[in-house]
Amino acid sequence: MPEVRFDRVEKRYGHRPVIRDFSLTIREGEFFTLVGPSGCGKSTVLNLVAGLEPVTSGEIYFGDRPVTYLSPKERDIAMVFQSYALYPHKTVFENLAFPLRLRRVPQGALQGEVQQVASLLGLAGLLAKKPAELSGGERQRVALGRALIREPQVFLMDEPLSNLDAQLRVQTRAEIKRLHARLKTTTLYVTHDQEEALSLSDRIAVLNKGAIQQIGTPMDIYRCPSNTFVAKFIGSPQINLVPGRLHPGPPAHLDVGPVQVALVRDPALQADSPTPANSLDVLVGIRAEDVLIQGTPESLPGHSASVVDREPAGARSWVTLRWGSAEIRAEASSDFLMPQNHSVGVAINTERLHVFDAASGARLPWIALPPKRQHGYK
Amino acid sequence: MTARPGRDIVSRLLLVLVLVWTLSPLLWQGITSLKPDSELMQLSPLLPSHPTLAHYRALFEHQPFHRIMLNSFGIAALTAMTALVVGALAAFPLARLPVRGKLLMLGFVLGATMFPAILTVGPLFMFMRVLGLRDTWWAVLVSHTTFALPLTIWMLANFFRELPEDLYRAARVDGCSPWQAFTRILLPLSRPGLTAAGVLAFIFSWTEFLYAFTFTATEASRTVPVAIVLFPGLHEIRWGEIAAASVVVTVPVIVLVLVFHRHIVQGLTAGALKG
Repeated sequence: MPEVRFDRVEKRYGHRPVIRDFSLTIREGEFFTLVGPSGCGKSTVLNLVAGLEPVTSGEIYFGDRPVTYLSPKERDIAMVFQSYALYPHKTVFENLAFPLRLRRVPQGALQGEVQQVASLLGLAGLLAKKPAELSGGERQRVALGRALIREPQVFLMDEPLSNLDAQLRVQTRAEIKRLHARLKTTTLYVTHDQEEALSLSDRIAVLNKGAIQQIGTPMDIYRCPSNTFVAKFIGSPQINLVPGRLHPGPPAHLDVGPVQVALVRDPALQADSPTPANSLDVLVGIRAEDVLIQGTPESLPGHSASVVDREPAGARSWVTLRWGSAEIRAEASSDFLMPQNHSVGVAINTERLHVFDAASGARLPWIALPPKRQHGYK
Repeated sequence: MTARPGRDIVSRLLLVLVLVWTLSPLLWQGITSLKPDSELMQLSPLLPSHPTLAHYRALFEHQPFHRIMLNSFGIAALTAMTALVVGALAAFPLARLPVRGKLLMLGFVLGATMFPAILTVGPLFMFMRVLGLRDTWWAVLVSHTTFALPLTIWMLANFFRELPEDLYRAARVDGCSPWQAFTRILLPLSRPGLTAAGVLAFIFSWTEFLYAFTFTATEASRTVPVAIVLFPGLHEIRWGEIAAASVVVTVPVIVLVLVFHRHIVQGLTAGALKG
């Protein structure tokens, strides 16, 4: 089970670039997810790995073996399609057996392997049926089984869950995760659902318009989005992006909404960019769970906001607040019942705020000064 | 289908009108074929007073009509088969494989159907004579196939294209070569399209007159439509036998369409409905 490596892969349809300067290494046995909005090129990447479409330039390697110009068969990959793509004229048994028949697996071994995969996925009772007689969830499992059966080098999944209803989706997601933990096959998974990506993956690449925006573990990407696109795409509800102004100082500080936050250079990012001489417009990313509603405005002077709207969501509520000139979303407990226009106190968990260049959207290497030292500046 | 009785009646009336329009000539031929000679040219009685099979008997006794039927059937069946095999092989790459200039090729194929047959008859005649194929099945078969092929290619290319692309891709990933994906997945799923295209090619060849008339000389290769026109009649036109022959020719076509009509409709409306 090799790693999968893309070396500056490009794909154009005519003159329209779909994938640009795509370099990426998926480690051996890793569950790697490509996530992005529809039309970002993520399915095209899958087709390039599968050999269903030729690359325009660049190379793809499985381990040390270049596979760029090999046929799908020679690449030894398996793929689960969004539409499942079961063969309608074949029974479940024949659907599962098809990849083995093409490899001339002898009848006895074939029977055994089909039975084994069928029992692994709970399909044993369905082997004689045609795909048309199955429910959506069953079809999905047959598609999974057909991909699993010959122990491929690389496992490709193209939005395999998006045709399932919500409940079944969560259930199958857990099943896929368990299967991967057991089989440890290098897996490239494509989805537009950021929640799916966060919950399944070892690592994620966020794609937009054919270009990689960020690669990292789910936590990296959630905690430290590299630009406003990633910040907005990952996380639900969407991150608050509040216009602010960064003053490089010294002392460096940030005006956002009605508050001022002291900043330091982020030690985690290399500070190769020079400190700007003048103050500049920024977008400040604040996740809803980092906006804390605390009692009355009097208890936190200068940190007041008024309630615009409430959306109860079971265990918690999402509250939209007017905060200075901006509107932000906050997470509140489900018993938050303040009416519209009511004033509340708001505290921002400044340690978790993100500063982006307003013009380019790129993350700026500044973080809030830890709270203890924050006081020293006041 | 529900409510609106007024509309229902109107549509039924229209249907009856169309049926009368299309079927009455056939009915007329049927009636004529059963009339004795003496009543052939008279309008009353409308129906034969003594229905007779004499014309049918004459058809098979006075001429080698079985041989002519066999010619027609053989040529039509072979035309359908050839058109299907060649058509499917041409349609698959046009539908699924990355071929340069696909649209142009399909345009040419369509363009070929736009020549009136009479334009190509002359050159084809010379061609057949040089090859020594005159008055053989080959001459009729080849000309019929070339004429049936464009429609077959178009129909099948459309049909293949309407099959979900993921099926082809899944087959490739599962380890099929393009050829295997074609024969093991696409073709078995294309039965309705193949049937429709095959039946249409058969009917075309079965009823075609101009080529068959030009390239045949004797009963060695003469087809039914030609034979009907050439019925020997020194002093009279033998309407009774002509009518009987028309019935004999039409029946197989009707049977064919009745047997396959569901497939034909499915094949012709490929993609109109999600299946």
